[in-house]
Amino acid sequence: MTEQEQLSEEEIAALEAVAPELKVSDELTIKIKGMHKWYGSFHVLRNVNLDVYKGERIVICGPSGSGKSTLIRCINRLEEHQQGDIIVNDVALTNDLKNIDMIRKDVGMVFQHFNLFPHLTVLENCALAPIWVKQVPRAEAEETAMKYLTRVKIPEQAEKFPGQLSGGQQQRVAIARSLCMNPEIMLFDEPTSALDPEMIKEVLDVMIELAQEGMTMLCVTHEMGFAKTVANRVIFMDGGEIIEENEPHEFFDNPQHDRTKLFLSQILAH
Amino acid sequence: MSEQQSYAPGTHPSLPPPASTVGIVGWVRENLLSSTTNIVITILTIYFLWVIIPPSLNWLFFDAVFQGADRNECRAIMKEAGANGACWAFIGHRIELLVYGFYPEAERWRVNLSFFVMLAALVPILFDHVPHRKKALWFSLVSPVIIYVLLRGGFGLEPVPTANFGGFMLTMVVGVTGIVVSLPLGILLALGRISHLPAVRIVCVTFIEFIRGVPLITLLFVASTMLNYFLPPGTSFDLLLRVLIMVSLFAAAYLAEVVRGGLQAIPKGQQEAADAMGLKYWQSMRLIILPQALKISIPGIVNTFIGLYKDTTLVIIIGLFDLLGMGKASLADVKWQGLSTEVYVTVAVFFFISCFAMSRYSLYLEKKLHTGH
Repeated sequence: MTEQEQLSEEEIAALEAVAPELKVSDELTIKIKGMHKWYGSFHVLRNVNLDVYKGERIVICGPSGSGKSTLIRCINRLEEHQQGDIIVNDVALTNDLKNIDMIRKDVGMVFQHFNLFPHLTVLENCALAPIWVKQVPRAEAEETAMKYLTRVKIPEQAEKFPGQLSGGQQQRVAIARSLCMNPEIMLFDEPTSALDPEMIKEVLDVMIELAQEGMTMLCVTHEMGFAKTVANRVIFMDGGEIIEENEPHEFFDNPQHDRTKLFLSQILAH
Repeated sequence: MSEQQSYAPGTHPSLPPPASTVGIVGWVRENLLSSTTNIVITILTIYFLWVIIPPSLNWLFFDAVFQGADRNECRAIMKEAGANGACWAFIGHRIELLVYGFYPEAERWRVNLSFFVMLAALVPILFDHVPHRKKALWFSLVSPVIIYVLLRGGFGLEPVPTANFGGFMLTMVVGVTGIVVSLPLGILLALGRISHLPAVRIVCVTFIEFIRGVPLITLLFVASTMLNYFLPPGTSFDLLLRVLIMVSLFAAAYLAEVVRGGLQAIPKGQQEAADAMGLKYWQSMRLIILPQALKISIPGIVNTFIGLYKDTTLVIIIGLFDLLGMGKASLADVKWQGLSTEVYVTVAVFFFISCFAMSRYSLYLEKKLHTGH
């Protein structure tokens, strides 16, 4: 499936017109230095170095098993790295639970399979973490939740359970749920991979809006249209290493590495 | 073939289903007469019910004798009527013993009162839409203390030794205490068993495997006799209390495995989402994981509860007289010899009502917690 199916020509043009306005600061927010990770004896991430500046929209792509999901899951300690440093907003990720909690408060995450809590209503899903983690009063938390549900355009679903929503709606709830914690950084782990083609756009639209508002985003995705128009940097991973990174135009039009060329020719071939 | 009306594409309206597939006719066709085998089974079942039910009803009610001073009187009345039914007069004479055991007659109101305290305490726990539920739950929390004082005495009430507990009341004490204590304990054991902390895990696994590997009777024997060897000489440790502890531990070990099954059914993503949002371990367990895991485990949990409740009859082996024990004991009366069926039917009715109530409640709970996922 190509990006043309998701976004019409005009939409791409409109987005490209916006893209230059998406400014990037020089304030470092995530620093990954010499990071390694093993699953048992399998070396899944090898010497990953990455600096992320505030307001950056980074798309991470690569073949499956290349370690891209693992990389972003290391940033909020869903996976533990064994070597090297990860520093988020000047807090180093170590075994110290305090640091982990601090980082998780600043980092929101959206999953491929939404991972909404099926026993709670949409509104409760959104208000839960602010109430229990940030000790926000319930009424206030629910008000914030409604605000973000309105932003992802499903305020009318607030009282429903996740199981009663479509995939696209669920993913938008998941995004709203993350936003309720007012994060500085959002991690997206293949947010549209489990969705029907018709629903991908509604989720991408929300993500594009977020990007326009200056959210720092790290996004593992196969949506090359999104990468071309929204990202300010594209990272290509293979075999647990960052093979190539560049700004999107250069990346797609003039890939340097043979492996990148092969990957791009394969995903853009049909 | 009947004529099909044609519609332009996209305009086909919703039509009602064929009459033979809905309503009573549809139900009978689908469930009773759907195939030859099904028809044969239906006929056999009807015949079987016809053979079983009328005689049972005759024995239970229509030919039964409800008044009488002893077995012979029962027999005489039945002979006169030319019938052969139950002699419920016996149960009438013994019902207090079956319900209260050897609890002092003058103090039995305390047992009744604690039964109602228990019911009142259960209502806000079991049902959501109770007025002032929060306050009522506080009452539920202190109700065990109230019940304990009522049953054992103190605060101006005459003390009653636990040796006098018996009958249905003892069954309830053992069963309800076992259920109330074993559920939280079982949940903790289940969490401990899948904990990342090796020490916690080893303790829990050892406990669960040891308790599950030993019959309850053995544990009760240990409670009644062997425990004395381990305790310092001179300490008296109430027999009923030991039984309560053993029964609770036993049920907890089983519950732990049931709950662990539920925990394993929860997708890993739920824990990850909770982690990513910054919830602490106990928060994510209490708010996210356990509500879902326990919901899945309801059938298994209630199964264990019902098993535990019926296992309380085993206490007869160490000399406590529960409902069944009392029934057996009352059979020894010379005036009422040979009426074991009446006694066992009565005991069965008591147990059936309790267990059936638990089973129905679990169905209600499952339905209530269903959120369409």
